[in-house]
Amino acid sequence: MAKATIRILRYNPEGDAAAPAHQDFAIDVEPTDRVLDALNHIKWYVDGTLTFRRSCAHGICGSDAMRINGVNRLACKVLMRDVGSRVTVEPLMGFRVIKDLVVDMDAFFAQYRSVLPYLINDSRPPERERLQSPEDRERFDDTTKCILCAACTTSCPSYWANEEFVGPAAIVNAHRFIFDSRDSAPGERLEILNNREGVWRCRTIFNCSEACPREIKVTKAIGEVKRAILYRQST
Amino acid sequence: MTHTHTYDALVIGAGGAGLMAAIYLSRNPSMKTAVISKLYPTRSHTGAAQGGIGAALGNLEEDSPEWHAFDTVKGSDYLGDQDAIDVMCNEAVDVIIELEHMGLPFSRTPDGRIAQRPFGGHSHHFGQGPVRRSCYAADRTGHMILQTLYQNCIKNDVDFFNEFQVVDMLMEDRRCCGVVAYHVDSGDLHIFRSKAVLWATGGFGRVWSITSNAVAGTGDGAAITFRRGIPLEDMEFYQFHPTGIYKLGILITEGVRGEGGVLRNDNGERFMERYAPTMKDLASRDVVSRAIYQEMIEGRGIGGRRFVYLDATHLGAEVVEKKLPDITDFCRTYLGVDPVKQPIPIQPTAHYAMGGIPTDINGQVVLDENGTLLPGCYAAGEAACVSVHGANRLGTNSLLDLVVFGKRAGLAMAEYCATADIPELPSDPTGPIAAELERLLAQTTGEPAAKIREEMQNTMMDFVGVYREQAGIQKAVDKVRELQDRYRTLVIMDKGKRFNLDLLEAWELGNLLELAEVTAVSALARTESRGAHSREDFPDRDDANWLKHTFAYRREGGRIELRYKPVTITRFQPKERVY
Repeated sequence: MAKATIRILRYNPEGDAAAPAHQDFAIDVEPTDRVLDALNHIKWYVDGTLTFRRSCAHGICGSDAMRINGVNRLACKVLMRDVGSRVTVEPLMGFRVIKDLVVDMDAFFAQYRSVLPYLINDSRPPERERLQSPEDRERFDDTTKCILCAACTTSCPSYWANEEFVGPAAIVNAHRFIFDSRDSAPGERLEILNNREGVWRCRTIFNCSEACPREIKVTKAIGEVKRAILYRQST
Repeated sequence: MTHTHTYDALVIGAGGAGLMAAIYLSRNPSMKTAVISKLYPTRSHTGAAQGGIGAALGNLEEDSPEWHAFDTVKGSDYLGDQDAIDVMCNEAVDVIIELEHMGLPFSRTPDGRIAQRPFGGHSHHFGQGPVRRSCYAADRTGHMILQTLYQNCIKNDVDFFNEFQVVDMLMEDRRCCGVVAYHVDSGDLHIFRSKAVLWATGGFGRVWSITSNAVAGTGDGAAITFRRGIPLEDMEFYQFHPTGIYKLGILITEGVRGEGGVLRNDNGERFMERYAPTMKDLASRDVVSRAIYQEMIEGRGIGGRRFVYLDATHLGAEVVEKKLPDITDFCRTYLGVDPVKQPIPIQPTAHYAMGGIPTDINGQVVLDENGTLLPGCYAAGEAACVSVHGANRLGTNSLLDLVVFGKRAGLAMAEYCATADIPELPSDPTGPIAAELERLLAQTTGEPAAKIREEMQNTMMDFVGVYREQAGIQKAVDKVRELQDRYRTLVIMDKGKRFNLDLLEAWELGNLLELAEVTAVSALARTESRGAHSREDFPDRDDANWLKHTFAYRREGGRIELRYKPVTITRFQPKERVY
């Protein structure tokens, strides 16, 4: 056990303070504890009003993206030994804060829905599976890993500047279908992403790739979508 | 403030079973359907499933639904109902093809078909040796199923109520007529009126201290329906997955062993060869978990401690990193162990409820051991007990159960809703739950919910785990009842209306205590060993007395009554189980 100070940006929508404020919690932690374990310890035994989303606790469900020492991470995928004895935990930037570390995700999911994130293929399916070579399957493998945690979108300066920007996560999910050999509507998605709030707001800053807890090469995927739009226009 | 909504069909829970049902309900645009979930749908625990979904596609070698059914029956230690198992295994092939057509990005064979790998307990020719039956998408098959189903719900324009915690079920004239939900953001109660309700609320692994389950896995639907007079079936059968990450319980897929990984004890010995000469490391999960415990009890845990090694170092970086990328990441992140070069320290972890809300093969809820159906009420997935898993579920059969019975429930609900009317609501529908939530909030002195939860989890791990015996289970029953008393006086620190997860975690603890009690009481009564229920004091299976399903009922005054129902046996007569 070692002492650690967890500094958390608190906001109570029903409290007197209009603005969020930091609060420090000094607790004992194991080096192998997740930051999420530290937050749980505070919630369960110190201050039950501390509020954050969490579920699977191993980086698969995407609930607990937050800013940890200034960078977007999943609280369940960062160990205390990797962040030192003073940790600052704050909500994701760019979304309205509902309470403490909980942000409003509705706009994020609306942007996700706007890119037609589902397979479109109106041809009559064969009796068995549609065939797809391992190479064709590999083409979009990276972007199938997305867990919609919003770490990428809320690390993006272009998104902070303009929340109408569809954002990296939605583009990643469009990419997953645009490059799926079974899909017949990549053109529709490229059309959507070619508008003024689409891919061209991306300035290739790479924050998204660094933020992704699934190590998706987000900026690369966005670049591939940009090239697909240009290629389509030139042919 | 109370709000009222009216729908034809309600789906409670947005995991694989709920979303599959919603897709089928929403294919008819005149059918007004809503999905209510305490999380955003993509957070559901289906997404944590890794290794694959079982179906006898025969893409890589000869296979048949009949062999799949035999393996499932044998895996269930002959407690699974064979008519339901036939339905699942026969419909498996079509439903996998359907998922592929919906867009699921399965891994592929060189000729472009769905890839398949071996998995525990799945064999060819009725137990002759392992067969490649598990259809997979790397080691994130559950993630891809959840994403694909959610995507198709968006395509079908399904209504979602996200972050709404269903807290009560409404009944009138022995018919289900809706639910009450607590809106997490506002703290308001919402009444949902409907012709039909599907409980697809998942499992309750959070009853135990070491579990692969999400924090959300608190068995809410099973607890709510139990309080409303619906029985729970076969609750003593709870699966411990052999390979959870040591201390954390995080799942390491059986796919590691499917790809050739082996278990080793402190001597470096591949000990499964002694316990299961034919299937070895791919024996069924109950067998492997017991073998690991046995090794630890006999002092052959690593360094004498409570774990053994899962060794994948001989598979090579290409197989480990390409076919098992997620678990490679978990090992590196949480253990600092690189599975390409080092063995993974593992211990059995509480994983899956074979028992649950009893249903028929169309997902309709059964009210008693005579098969009386409850109109308008359905259950599917881990929350339900059809029963296809009996006393022990085979790996890959949970994802299959979700999609097959989620679909069947959705179709049955659509048919029922086409002719049913909207039932009347009971008077004061929110009264009982509003009073309960107010009572929880009103307490100002007492212990926190977390303390009670921790004691429950440790007690259940110690006494109602892989091995059980009479005195220990009795201790667990007594302890859980003591904790239920203490639950009446716990204190919630957050007194607010908005996003009060402190209140909801306490309410969920009430559900866990309910289910822990039913589990322990059911386990105490069953004086035999079958599947995942291993009694040290009754080590043998006893078909003469115990080839039957347990039905637990909450009676007046809180007493639990146990009744029993015969197993449906068609083709496969019970025999000794050897792997």
